Amino acid sequence: MDAPISTTVLHDCRDAFAATLEKMASIDQTIVAVCNDSVGSSKLGGFKSKFPDRLINVGIAEQNMVGVSAGLANGGRIPFVCAASCFLTGRALEQIKADISYSNANVKLIGISSGMAYGELGPTHHSIEDFAWTRVLPNLPVIAPCDRIETAAAIEWAASYAGPCFLRLSRVGVPDLLPEGHKFVPGRANRLRDGEDVTLIANGTLTHRMMKAADILAKQGVNARVLNMATVRPIDEDAIIAAAKETGAIVTAEEHSIYGGLGSAVAEVVVDNAPVPMKRLGVPGIYAPTGSAEFLLDEFGMAPSAIAEATLALLKRK
Amino acid sequence: MQWKELERTARQIRLRDLEAVYAAGAGHIGGEMSAIDILTALYFHVLKIYPDDAKHPDRDRFVLSKGHTACALYVTLAKRGFFPEDEISTFLQPHSRLNGHPNCNKVPGVETNTGPLGHGLPVAIGIATAGKLSSAAYHTYVMTGDGEMQEGSNWEAIMAASQFQLNNLTLIIDHNRFQQGAALADTNNVAPLRPKLEAFGWEVTEINGNDMAEIVPALQHRGARPHCIVAHTNKGHGISFMQDRVDWHHKVPNKEQYELAVAELSEAL
Repeated sequence: MDAPISTTVLHDCRDAFAATLEKMASIDQTIVAVCNDSVGSSKLGGFKSKFPDRLINVGIAEQNMVGVSAGLANGGRIPFVCAASCFLTGRALEQIKADISYSNANVKLIGISSGMAYGELGPTHHSIEDFAWTRVLPNLPVIAPCDRIETAAAIEWAASYAGPCFLRLSRVGVPDLLPEGHKFVPGRANRLRDGEDVTLIANGTLTHRMMKAADILAKQGVNARVLNMATVRPIDEDAIIAAAKETGAIVTAEEHSIYGGLGSAVAEVVVDNAPVPMKRLGVPGIYAPTGSAEFLLDEFGMAPSAIAEATLALLKRK
Repeated sequence: MQWKELERTARQIRLRDLEAVYAAGAGHIGGEMSAIDILTALYFHVLKIYPDDAKHPDRDRFVLSKGHTACALYVTLAKRGFFPEDEISTFLQPHSRLNGHPNCNKVPGVETNTGPLGHGLPVAIGIATAGKLSSAAYHTYVMTGDGEMQEGSNWEAIMAASQFQLNNLTLIIDHNRFQQGAALADTNNVAPLRPKLEAFGWEVTEINGNDMAEIVPALQHRGARPHCIVAHTNKGHGISFMQDRVDWHHKVPNKEQYELAVAELSEAL
C-alpha cells in the first residue's frame, strides 16, 4: 500500500500546479509558460509577476501555441503549455502529433479544466476525449493526478524529464490521498487500499470516489483493492495483471468517455493477459446534459454508492 | 561563394533531386525545383551551420514547412556534409531515414518534423522567441509554399511574430502559383501576399526566387520587424516541360522525359 486516505478538505489541483511551476522556474531559468489568453484559468498570474519575460501568451490560437512551444524546445527552453484541455488537445491535435510527439519535443502539455470541469458550459467545453486522443501517440506520457500532492510531484517530474508529456488537471476540488513527499513515478499505479475481492481503478477526480466506494463495499463484506492509476500511458501492466489474477474482477471509473480512456486501456491489458469480468464507468458515449462536474459524475453512475452498486453487480459475474 | 558558383551548385542539386525522384518512382519534383535556388543560397552562403555538429546551439535554423519537398532538402543537406551523399539513393526505400517528409530525430540538419502543412511557421516563431529569451545570435528561417498559406495556423503565427517583434525571423514564401490540384488563383487565392503580411506588421521583400542575385541579399536582410520574402518562383524551374505545369506537383518522369530533363540540367552545368 502506498498511502492512506486522509483529509476531508478539498483542494484545487491548479494551485499545486502553479506553485510547483513557479518553484521549478525559479530553479531552472529555461522553464517558460505558454498560454492562450488563459493566464487566469491556468493560475499563471503569479508566474507572470515573477517571470514576466517567460510568460508567452499567444492569444486565442491553439495550433500556433503548440507549434510555438515545439520551437521553444528546439531553442533550449522547457515550455509548459497551459490551456483548457478541450481546446489544447482537440484544436491542436495534429500539432501535438507532428510537432510534439513525432518530433519528440521537450514540451509539457497541461490540459486545464479537464473532464467535465466546465460542466454547465456544455459539451463543446467538456474534455472527455483527451485521453483517447493523446494516448495513441508515441513518446507522450498521459497523466491525470488524483490530488494536489500528486499534481505537484508530477509537475516536478515533468520539469526534470527530457521529453514531452500530457498532464490533465480538473478545477474541481479533491481531498488529499497521497502522503506529503510522495514521488511521482510515471507508469506506476499506487495501491491505496488492499483487497482481494475486486479491484477499483481510477485517476484524477475519480480516485477519491473509488476510495469512498471501497468504504461502502467494506461494510457489505467486500474487500476492494483500490489503484490510483495516474498514468494512462504507459499503463501499469504489472499492477493490472496482478489485480486481475489476485482479485478476479475490475471496475474502472474516469471523468472521460468510456471509449478510448483509462477503462479501455485497462481492458486492453486484461484481455491480452488475464481476462476477468470488468465494468467501465465513465461518460457512456453521449453528450452530457447541463450541470456541474460533480452533478454529472453522479448522473453518469459515479457517485460512491453507485460505484459500489455497479461493483456488487459485477461480482455476480465472477 | 559567388552567384555563378551558387547557380552551378543549385543545378547539381536539381539534377541529383531529379535522379532520386526518378529512381524512387515518387516525389514532389515541381515544388522541389521551385525551391532549390533558395535552399542552395541558404545552405551554401547564408546559414551559419555546423554539419559535423548539427545541433550546435548557435546554429542558424531553417525549417522546411513545405515538407513534401523533403528530397530537395535531403540532397542539399547531404551535399553540404550533414550525411553521406550516397545515402540519397535510399530515398523512400524500406527503412531509409529519408522518407517523403523530413524527420528531425533521424536526419541530421532537420529542425522539426513537417509534412502536414501550416506547421513550420509556428515552430519557427517558437525558435525565434527562444532566441530572444536567451539573447542568442542565431537567425531563424522558414519556407512555406504559397498554397500552404491557405492554412489558418499560418495566420495565427503571422500575428504572433509581429506581436513578439521577431526581427530575428525570416519567412520565405515559395510563390510558384500552383498547389497540388490546381493553380493558386483557381483554388483559394491568397495572393497578393505582400499587402496581407504588411497589414500584420511585417516587412516584405518581393524577389525573383530563382535568381541568386536577388535571393542572397534578401536572405541577408536584417530589419526591425519580422521579414517575409515573397519569392516569385516557377514550379518545375530548370526543366522546360515541367515549368509552370500543375501536373508536375508529384508526377514522376518517364524514361524519355527523364533523359530530356537530365540533358537540360546537364547542359546548364
